Amino acid sequence: MDEFLWRALLAGLLVAMMAGPLGAFIIWRRMAYFGDALSHSALLGIVLGIALGINITLAVIMVCFLLALILVLLKFKSGLQEDALLGILAHGSLALGLVAWGLFDGVRLDLFAYLFGDILSVVWSEVLLVFVLTCLVLIILYRIWQPLLQITVDESLATVEGVAVKGTLLIYVLLIAALVAVAIKLVGVLLTTALMIVPAATARGLSRTPVQMVVIASLIGMVSVVAGLGLSLYLDVATGPAMVLVTVILFLLTLSFGLHLLKS
Amino acid sequence: MTEKAPQKEALIQLENISLELQGKQILKSVTMTVLPQQIVTLIGPNGAGKTSLLKVMLGLLPASKGTVFRQPGMVVGYVPQRLHIPQTMPLTVAVFAGMASKASQQTIQDSLHEVGLSVPLDQSVQSLSGGEFQRLLLARALLRRPQILVLDEPAQGLDFTGEAEFYHLIASLRERYHCAVVMVSHDLHLVMAATDQVVCLNTHVCCQGRPESISQDPEYLQLFGQGLAKEFAVYHHEHDHHHTADGRIVCDPEDHSHG
Repeated sequence: MDEFLWRALLAGLLVAMMAGPLGAFIIWRRMAYFGDALSHSALLGIVLGIALGINITLAVIMVCFLLALILVLLKFKSGLQEDALLGILAHGSLALGLVAWGLFDGVRLDLFAYLFGDILSVVWSEVLLVFVLTCLVLIILYRIWQPLLQITVDESLATVEGVAVKGTLLIYVLLIAALVAVAIKLVGVLLTTALMIVPAATARGLSRTPVQMVVIASLIGMVSVVAGLGLSLYLDVATGPAMVLVTVILFLLTLSFGLHLLKS
Repeated sequence: MTEKAPQKEALIQLENISLELQGKQILKSVTMTVLPQQIVTLIGPNGAGKTSLLKVMLGLLPASKGTVFRQPGMVVGYVPQRLHIPQTMPLTVAVFAGMASKASQQTIQDSLHEVGLSVPLDQSVQSLSGGEFQRLLLARALLRRPQILVLDEPAQGLDFTGEAEFYHLIASLRERYHCAVVMVSHDLHLVMAATDQVVCLNTHVCCQGRPESISQDPEYLQLFGQGLAKEFAVYHHEHDHHHTADGRIVCDPEDHSHG
């Protein structure tokens, strides 16, 4: 097997591993649109990264962090609904990214890779970055697991039970920002959210506890990465979309079984 | 909120609390104290600010005016009026009950038994009835070994017998856990027999005191009307009777049905 395939496989497996638990929380907290908003802002990160000559993935992470911070601050300060805020921020940052792209002459952007990802062009330094991020995300998530679960069930109850709600939520959105930034490299802006939520949604029907759902979601994501990579080689099609397609097929396959389990 | 010197040993002390939400006066000059192991019942008509008062006590709502004292490091068990668990979240009874404490499966089982919830540990919480879920919340609160239990209309949806049993349970929990209890009663004129302090709320505190004295209070009579007030009095006549008979505060289901 060629080395670029190993790199793609490794990066994909790592991202799928951390997407499992984070995606589960995204589904529980009804924040699917949040992932979308963050990936919209990635264009700004990419343009800034190229223009300033810094690592693009790092630049994207920075912009996603910033957007996540602004969102959390606005959520607690203004009375606006979260979905309205997200819509404003997502398209605001996308517009800013497009304008910045026009302003910085000579920024050459592979729009196709931005939209649909380019997992096969991942280099070793990026695999290492994904590895470090995955470890960090999983360790931090393990540490805030219990309080985050309490908040997800009910914020008031969690507050009374002594959970630091704002701090925990802030850490959580930063984790998602990190995930989005690396997932974009793999599957592109349009499909990043799918990679996060489809495995988790599939896992819902197969699990009875939060821990089960998170583990199953990670496993389904990893299977999809392997199968998607194989599919894209076999059919000679784009890898990111192939992976997402596999997750959706798995979702449909388990749907009837899952519904059956939900009713029991 | 500044902290004033609290009454000795008070778990919660509110002084001159006012609360305004979007220009509407919800609470006005509310002063009250919760002492250790005391059972305090909040009564009042709809929109009187009972739930808001609980939220101010718990620190969930900041008061517009006045001082709130909560004993530092106090462990609180809270049973909210209702809670919506999303269908997308797989949660079993055991996971939910043990989520806010580091309890073993056996402790969780014991706690469920204690609150009278007899469902399998691995049953999903979404399939519980309203009453069962209420008991699950209570079990979760107890597993934290609280110094104070805060219950928002815990007896709603129960019939007279069920309500009496529930109050009996609360009274016995107070004995076992040595915790204070603050609860909102959904019923204006039916207050749990073991209550030490009744606070009658209608934006401001109309009156507060021992249950017997409340039922005689002119402001209470004016608020709830003579007819209803009588029921309250009748109920407490029964309570007094039991109190003297065996020296303990016993809640007898029979008393409620003809109250």
